[in-house]
Amino acid sequence: MTMQGNVTRPQRARRELMSSILRRVWDFTRSSGQATLAMMIVTLVAVTALLAFGAYVADSHLTAFDPLKMNIRARLEPPGLEHWMGSDKIGRDMLSRVIAGSWISLSVSMAVLFVAAIVGTTVGLVAGYVGGIVDEILMRITDLFLAFPALILAAAIAASFGGGMLSTTVALAAVFWPWYARLIRSRILSLKQQDFIAASRCLGASHTRLIFSSLLPMVWPLVIVQATTDVGFVILAASGLSFLGLGAQPPTPEWGAMIFDSLTHQPASWWLAVFPGGAIALVAIGFNLLGDSLRDYLDPSLGASEAGV
Amino acid sequence: MTFALARLLPGNPARLIAGARADADAVAAVRERLGLDDPIAAQFATYVGNVLQGDFGHSIVTRRPISQDILTFFPATLELVIVAALLSLVLGTLFGVLAAVSSGKPADAGVRGLAVMGLSVPDFWLALVFQLIFFAMLGLLPFGGRLGTGVTAPEFVTGFMTIDSLRAGRLDLLGDALNHMILPVIVLAIPSMAITIRVVRTSMLEVLNQDFIRTARSKGIAPTRVYRHHALRNALLPIVTIFGLNTGLLISGAVFIELIYDWPGLGRYTANAISASDYNAIMAITLVVSIAYTLINFLVDLSYSLLDPRVSLS
Repeated sequence: MTMQGNVTRPQRARRELMSSILRRVWDFTRSSGQATLAMMIVTLVAVTALLAFGAYVADSHLTAFDPLKMNIRARLEPPGLEHWMGSDKIGRDMLSRVIAGSWISLSVSMAVLFVAAIVGTTVGLVAGYVGGIVDEILMRITDLFLAFPALILAAAIAASFGGGMLSTTVALAAVFWPWYARLIRSRILSLKQQDFIAASRCLGASHTRLIFSSLLPMVWPLVIVQATTDVGFVILAASGLSFLGLGAQPPTPEWGAMIFDSLTHQPASWWLAVFPGGAIALVAIGFNLLGDSLRDYLDPSLGASEAGV
Repeated sequence: MTFALARLLPGNPARLIAGARADADAVAAVRERLGLDDPIAAQFATYVGNVLQGDFGHSIVTRRPISQDILTFFPATLELVIVAALLSLVLGTLFGVLAAVSSGKPADAGVRGLAVMGLSVPDFWLALVFQLIFFAMLGLLPFGGRLGTGVTAPEFVTGFMTIDSLRAGRLDLLGDALNHMILPVIVLAIPSMAITIRVVRTSMLEVLNQDFIRTARSKGIAPTRVYRHHALRNALLPIVTIFGLNTGLLISGAVFIELIYDWPGLGRYTANAISASDYNAIMAITLVVSIAYTLINFLVDLSYSLLDPRVSLS
């Protein structure tokens, strides 16, 4: 009897699903040079962030130094053999802090996009599907949020909530959801006109059924692509808020806050700003490239050369 | 619309003004003076009434009326934003067209890479890095500020350092002012240039794939003329749209750039107001900036029918 014979059918189905997902990921990774580069960066960042989170939970650290431990005697040391990225004004190891910061930035942006995508998709779905006065009201509310320059609005909201990680998340979600609402609404409006929706309705499908089994599966890939591209922007915006003193509070090793901390030591101690900023840029580049190549991959009709914005 | 913009304003509570260490009596006195015991609707009406008269209250940081502060600091920011907006429009269009006409070639890949970098690199970080390179390492450009230290500024007339220097007939001041503008303007322009590149590239590609372009080319019209007269004109609408949206990005970016380059504008004022929890100032700035932003985008909408006679304003 072979090994195959011993597994139950649900197990085999799950295994096949897994391997088909893996195959698609592999297929996507090899689809273009851009996709390969993007997957390499994102995998590196994601693994670092997961390990850093694990270390944080285990109350330990990945590197030789504790990201929060002061050492006044080793303050403001330039990058060298002991401190690869130098040390900050109270002697904390910069490399440890940059690594520890990865899971903070990544988890904030995941939380922001999760909330923004859910709120935005719901509003867009309802507005597009119901139409009429409901659509009008929901879209005016959406426009209201878009009438402000994004970062100014986020800063104002975060400031009125008193700063901190939670208010950063709320403020950024408030800035990002309108884009999802508009995206989903326009897609729903065009889908609603199509024959298969009319056909299901004629067959007696309820509104719930239409929304959940006909429309949602058609729009969620859009949301995923948009969210992937947005990870980079959210990380930029979140570190921007921290830079203004609204996001993470010291001694949290958040990248934007670390750069702000370094301002008083510029330009002499360049390493204090260069490395955390480089980390932000790397993550943002990775996710931007990933979003772009995902769009190319999922929607070949656009043609590889036409992916933009 | 004004009501819509002001929606956020009642959200700023009372306790901040009296200060953290004030006792209960002091807080109560402040509350009474500011009318904070009134119902929200009445407060809101008072606030809107004051705002309509140009009264935003006093700033905690500068202890001056906020409206006066805004008038002092806004021109400095406008000077930066206007130059950066034009720079990003011109460079973004040039690069975007270049990428579109050489689609698939190395030039295209290079420009696209540049655009992704421009979008991904945090501007406050880029500002610091440029400061390191051009001030600390090369000594080519000043650290920050609008004029060199020890230089007396020309009389405040327009608030635009360049125009004020010209008006005073001081060419040395003009040179100094321009020298101080180089770094902030470049850093400020980069993200919006990146976005402009992508929009120009996409909309040019869309136009270039259409039949009338092929017709024009087959009639023997030179490629540059086709690109300029046939393609770019038809790709203009998305470009002006993104120009309007980019002003929001520029104003946001100014907050960071001005803080780093010590530029005495509205951006630095905003950053200081945020770190001092100066809610009145933050709300006033949000309102003023949003009105300016909405106005610019309204003008952009109006320009559609000018640029494309097929669009009618209804």
